[in-house]
Amino acid sequence: MTNTTFDVQAIRKDFPILNREVNGRPLVYFDNAATSQTPKQVIDVIVDYYSRYNANIHRGVHTLSQEATDAYEKARETLRAHLNAKEASEIIFTSGTTHSINLVANGFQALLGPGDELLVSEMEHHSNIVPWQMLCEKTGSTLKVVPMNDLGELNMDAFDKLLNLQTKLVFCNHVSNALGSINPIEEIIDKAHAVGAAVLIDGAQAAPHFKADMQQLDVDFYTISAHKVCGPTGVGLLYGKRDWLEKLPPYQGGGEMIAEVSFEKTIYAGLPHKFEAGTPNIAGGIAFGAAIDYMNAIGFEQIAAYEHELLVYATEQLRQIEGLRIIGEAENKASVISFNVGSIHPYDIGAILDKLGVAVRTGHHCAQPVMHHFQVPGTVRASFAFYNTKEEIDSLVEAVKKAVVMLQ
Amino acid sequence: MSANKSINDIQDEIIDEFSMFDDWMQRYEYMIELGKSLQLIDEQYKTDEYTIKGCQSKVWVFAALKEKAIEFTADSDAIITKGIIALLLRVFSGQQPKDIIDAELYFIDQIGLKEHLSPTRANGLVSMIKQIRLYAVAYQTQIEE
Repeated sequence: MTNTTFDVQAIRKDFPILNREVNGRPLVYFDNAATSQTPKQVIDVIVDYYSRYNANIHRGVHTLSQEATDAYEKARETLRAHLNAKEASEIIFTSGTTHSINLVANGFQALLGPGDELLVSEMEHHSNIVPWQMLCEKTGSTLKVVPMNDLGELNMDAFDKLLNLQTKLVFCNHVSNALGSINPIEEIIDKAHAVGAAVLIDGAQAAPHFKADMQQLDVDFYTISAHKVCGPTGVGLLYGKRDWLEKLPPYQGGGEMIAEVSFEKTIYAGLPHKFEAGTPNIAGGIAFGAAIDYMNAIGFEQIAAYEHELLVYATEQLRQIEGLRIIGEAENKASVISFNVGSIHPYDIGAILDKLGVAVRTGHHCAQPVMHHFQVPGTVRASFAFYNTKEEIDSLVEAVKKAVVMLQ
Repeated sequence: MSANKSINDIQDEIIDEFSMFDDWMQRYEYMIELGKSLQLIDEQYKTDEYTIKGCQSKVWVFAALKEKAIEFTADSDAIITKGIIALLLRVFSGQQPKDIIDAELYFIDQIGLKEHLSPTRANGLVSMIKQIRLYAVAYQTQIEE
């Protein structure tokens, strides 16, 4: 069924990079879960910043500094509204999800000790595992793992059993980067709160596909990377409830994060500046806001519906390839398909697809525990965005078939 | 093994062979064939000690000194990587440590496979070349002693 209000060809015109050729063929970009492409509207914002009002924020009295500060804070407000956070100061600009998670993990060092437990899902990205392991090493707390089933769905019975009054923190991705599974975070948040545990949801893979409402979810921390939502690289956000952000000590010391400094005592600035030491990625923050505006103008409901269409189509088409096994068949999935064909190594398929102009991700997707679960060295991952088309999926399927013939 | 030919002779030979191919597909098909014929590392050496871990594919490499020359055996879990390893071993296996240390590796660039040595591929090949040189340095020291 064609969605009449969704004009993908018009949308594609916003993305200059989609006109590129790779190895003499039109680019088919299916590595959106790693980095999404950037529309002209967002590129223009970056160019405009450096062309017109590049200046440091929150300090100078001069006009350029004022304009840059206004634009940066306006972007923060855009992100607040997008996430329906209570206040803009609950939105901390970071360099991305990894930075956001490390900021929280660092802060909890002061709040945890031996006997405390942290719960993590088996399907996390390394960035939502390693900072917590480091935290456990420093505090003597214990990391417990919630397993998943062979479809790539979290085992919620096991979650119930692992959760107890010692549990202080629960962290889980909203959508799995390696499998595409959409996790039942509402249930996770409610149950964790019932035992007094805080919850961090890694929203890096969810944000490109749907809106999350911070107040409705009642989540304690939520993270997003701009480069996965049509924004630039090197910027992201941490949402944190005010109470929590006030409890956590600052992550880095420096300029911008202080109220008063003397050699006897430094008084930290209030939120959000307490966590934003140094000159931030100003152009990036402003462009992040513009990217969210751009996606909202298209509409997340439209995006989700269209991407679901792509997912269903691609799943059907790929399944027709003999020996192809889809890794991650959760009932609720975002537009991500991880697969292998027979015993062919994903690197080999990826290398040939690249020659055919098709960009996919291959490897363990920084989620080695997931690969261990499915006993594969890695997968080929095709991830679809709202600017992709069914014709491109046909190109992928043809390319995979060609690769299989060559490699078998 | 090609012990009589110098490293550069073999590199030039490979460049010649690849110049016969019209397009990337033929090159890749040839490499896949080469991968299948690779002189495989003995299973007993496929341990962590001999593993070169890449993010994408794994490589195992083992070296033994035989009459002043080094014989390499290797393997990979990816066939294209294996094909490139086969070419590397054709160049380096059977050569003397000093020649390996001094060698300038240029054939990969010239046969259009440079992208496989890019750090973003993380397929263990760059580390493998380093490892081959390290073996050569180690055996050279042993010979000099």
